Amino acid sequence: MTEAFIYDAVRTPRGRGKASGALYSVTPMALAVTALAALRDRNALDTAAVDDVVLGCVEPVGEQGADIARVAVLEAGYAETTAGVQINRFCASGLEACNMAAAQIMSGQSEMAVGGGVESMSRVPMGSSGGAWAMDPQVAFHTYFVPQGISADLVATKYGMSRADVDAYAVESQKRAARAWAEGRFARSVVPVKDINGTTVLDRDEHIRADTTMQSLAALEPSFAKTGEALGFDSVAIQRYPEIERITHVHHAGNSSGIVDGAAAVLIGNKAMGEKLGLKPRARIRAFASIGSEPTIMLTGPSFSAEKALKRAGMSAGDIDLYELNEAFAAVVLRFMQALDVPHDRINVNGGAIAMGHPLGATGAMILGTLLDELERTGKSTGLATLCVGAGMGTATIIERV
Amino acid sequence: MIDYEVGADGIAVIAWNMADRSMNVLNEESVARFAAAVEQAVKDPAVKGVVVTSKKRDFLAGADLTRLGKATDAASLLASTARFHALLRGIEKSGKPFCAALNGTALGGGYEIALACHHRIAADEPKSRIGLPEVTIGLIPGGGGTQRLPRLVGIRNALPLLLEGRKLDPRQALAAGLVDELVPADKLIAAARRWLLGEGPANAAQPWDRKGFKIPDGGVNSPKGHETFVAGNALLHAKTYGNYPAPRAIASSVYEGLITDLDTGLRIESRYFVHCALSAEARNMIRSLFFSIGEANKLASRPKEVPEQGYRRIGVLGAGMMGAGIAYVSALAGLEVVLLDTSAELAEKGKAHARGLLDRRVQQKRMSEAERDEALALIRPTARFEDLAGAELVVEAVFEDRAIKAEVTRQAEAVLAESALFASNTSTLPITGLAEASRRPANFIGLHFFSPVDRMPLVEIIRGRRTSDATLARAMDYVRRIGKTPITVNDSRGFYTSRVFGTYVNEGLTLLAEGVVPALIDNAGRMAGMPVGPLALADEVSIELMYKVRKQTRADLGADYRGNAASEAVIELMVEKLGRIGKKAGKGFYDYPADGRKQLWPGLARHFKPADAQPDVEEVKRRLLYVQSVETARCLEEKVLLDPRDADVGAILGWGFPAFLGGTASQMHSLGIGRFVAECDRLAQRCGERFAPPQLLRDMAASGRSFYAA
Repeated sequence: MTEAFIYDAVRTPRGRGKASGALYSVTPMALAVTALAALRDRNALDTAAVDDVVLGCVEPVGEQGADIARVAVLEAGYAETTAGVQINRFCASGLEACNMAAAQIMSGQSEMAVGGGVESMSRVPMGSSGGAWAMDPQVAFHTYFVPQGISADLVATKYGMSRADVDAYAVESQKRAARAWAEGRFARSVVPVKDINGTTVLDRDEHIRADTTMQSLAALEPSFAKTGEALGFDSVAIQRYPEIERITHVHHAGNSSGIVDGAAAVLIGNKAMGEKLGLKPRARIRAFASIGSEPTIMLTGPSFSAEKALKRAGMSAGDIDLYELNEAFAAVVLRFMQALDVPHDRINVNGGAIAMGHPLGATGAMILGTLLDELERTGKSTGLATLCVGAGMGTATIIERV
Repeated sequence: MIDYEVGADGIAVIAWNMADRSMNVLNEESVARFAAAVEQAVKDPAVKGVVVTSKKRDFLAGADLTRLGKATDAASLLASTARFHALLRGIEKSGKPFCAALNGTALGGGYEIALACHHRIAADEPKSRIGLPEVTIGLIPGGGGTQRLPRLVGIRNALPLLLEGRKLDPRQALAAGLVDELVPADKLIAAARRWLLGEGPANAAQPWDRKGFKIPDGGVNSPKGHETFVAGNALLHAKTYGNYPAPRAIASSVYEGLITDLDTGLRIESRYFVHCALSAEARNMIRSLFFSIGEANKLASRPKEVPEQGYRRIGVLGAGMMGAGIAYVSALAGLEVVLLDTSAELAEKGKAHARGLLDRRVQQKRMSEAERDEALALIRPTARFEDLAGAELVVEAVFEDRAIKAEVTRQAEAVLAESALFASNTSTLPITGLAEASRRPANFIGLHFFSPVDRMPLVEIIRGRRTSDATLARAMDYVRRIGKTPITVNDSRGFYTSRVFGTYVNEGLTLLAEGVVPALIDNAGRMAGMPVGPLALADEVSIELMYKVRKQTRADLGADYRGNAASEAVIELMVEKLGRIGKKAGKGFYDYPADGRKQLWPGLARHFKPADAQPDVEEVKRRLLYVQSVETARCLEEKVLLDPRDADVGAILGWGFPAFLGGTASQMHSLGIGRFVAECDRLAQRCGERFAPPQLLRDMAASGRSFYAA
């Protein structure tokens, strides 16, 4: 099998995903173009060599609709021979896009490809694309649909995480993200978003609250207590987990991922094409995997996908130097650490989505870049990036520096 | 059957008038005749508009369930549904205006005919009911109701009406948009003619057949539609535990059909209608809720030769919760009630309870103040037995203590006429034994009311060994008079309802003793369709009361006592060692914090150590449900019950056994007796002899018999 290498990874900063956010005035097309253009420009890339651009996007409607990847290829000024495809694996779309790009390389059907993702949550809000899962009465019944927040609280209830546990995790995430920014640890990846005149619109993550404390979080009401009870979702979750008497609602805006805008892109290719283009490989993609898991608790997939990828790579959890797990909700990370026995100082060492936000379609590609940057900074070798995914899935990718 | 006449003004009046029935119903023949009348009116060039009405007191009650309940073939049911749709579409698209003139109740298919008319006028008769109640017997509207109603009033307004099967009075129906006009009954046909000749011609097309039609509140894929379905699905799931196919089918018909045009929507509705009509749940609900309860209310099993007993005055002994409740329901039915207790104050207290209930009816506008005062005046509190003179029936509701019961029996009989009935409202003590205190045991009977009496519709009539047919018949007359539903059982410890209900609670306690986590037990109970989990129910009944009843039973029976050792050990531990005696004391299996919801007592895990391997919830559900049916089979074998319908009606109305299963007997029937026996044999081996199926069931399985024909 052909080996797939990561040649570069870039991302936009993340803007608060609401009207007051800096990127609200920027189209998702412009965000995707920013990432694609940066990959090309800083690598002096002959885009005619890029076979395909795979972009994740979770709400592919409106201005994110109609195959945003292909249109972004054209808009970014890539060679018109470069194809583009938009994919959706919910929250793992960005990582899945990288895996699909890598798969094209590994199978020998492409030589150079881009994986990445884009999401303007301020302009195309969550839920915009509808779907049968929650809406269609038959489907909602059969899948025991509950919103993710209820699932996150179910994870905390089932695996014994208290409000103090999840809040403490969130405080640490904020602290780590602030330190990483202060020390310039994201400098290699982050490319500023500029307007038509070349003026910078945003050059750093906007969502961080470095002053977060246990006390400030304690003031927040749990977000899903009311919906859980008044709309019947708690009962639906308990019908799936009848050994639980009641759901303890511990998650709130302060210990869940932030709603933000952003885009990312990762350049992936085989060795020969890299050499031909004069590129230096930064890491090898060792293995990747996506899995399905029980959809009501929904968010326990990362450990299963990590185990599947580790098995494929012939590795065990202890062989991984650093982990990046998307901080969709604090309990998701705590459960992963519990399941794979991963110490806190090897996971999300530069913070995560609780501090910096989770632009749905792009996050997976962003944390893959973050993982690679940190392996390089610390001189470590192996890393695993993973995300929990809606409807009960998980996606994981293992990389190794070369 | 269908009257047809055309007036000089060119208005045809099609009037439903089924001579051989109390109510007009839709069946093959009546629909065919109605269709012929519609065709005649549409074809006759002299006809300018059509009134659809009825010449009976009510408009149309809906489909004939006798036939629907027996349908077995999807294709033919689908075909007959399609014919009905074609008929209604013919009305809508005939080009002539149709006006429904609803002179009385219009339900189900009856209201669906009205929905297909271009205008709906109802007579302002407060007792009429309008709506689509199909869901309450496991069905969905099959004549376009799920498609036309939301197109008429919006999805959000229509769904609750469809999902709860609410029947509205004409004023509520007007407010909800189900009818367009309300007029006095004697002006109904004139109003319909006026509309047909005035606005009719310009309104002879339905809104949904006009260009640019929009669903009133935005449709399925609007933000409001999104909210309605996402939250509605979860609420429905939470409420039904997925046990009832009909409400889900209604939601799906609306969801899938409202995205399409009406004709496609009707096809979608038909599929779900047929799916529900052929479901075991609908069969069970139609059999038990419609037929068996209906027959019980009509006293189908009453000894026919006994003349009907009219009631004027009754006596109630004991003015506690039960006695006061019995006094209340009797006074509400217009009977004089002598309410007796040991002191005038206590008797007055009982009357005050009735006053509270009557006041609430006045607040709810269900009765006037004058009516309340009249009912209240019928209750005469007293402490003197002489006041019982002239009562046709005395019901005692004193403490469950043989000596006290015997004493009040003697004292009451001393002043009663020889012909008077004496009834005991005991829930546990055998009637034959209590009757020993009576001078005329043939007139002695059990009338087991359920708490709270004002809300619980069932009375379990217990026939003692010496109770006469006449007494039974006259007791049934009383139960009918107070508007309750009777079942009749023969004397036995716990009779039928307490005995079988007790097995549910006991099974819950046994599961706890086995190390099943308490949340799983109570969740499984509710998921099985029971109103309350067994542990919570034990708390509500009072663990202490269960403890005392068992002690009494053991004392009574001596060596013959057959208890459930595991559940008894749990009860003894809770009462004797832990002092956790139930909800009233604020501590039982649950804690009852003053400021919040009850919570399972965390200490349970110490005393009932959770097993490492927990059972599948389906297995826990089966145990909790099957244990009730197998005990019911024993009651039938022992002739405590003589009719499976009594088992079903008693289970549903007495302790909330899930209606989708049709009751304790219907559960065995719809599962198949052979399969039920096999399941019970398996459970007997795993869990104990209490699941061992009685010979009656084995014989039935061997000979292929069941409790019902269909």
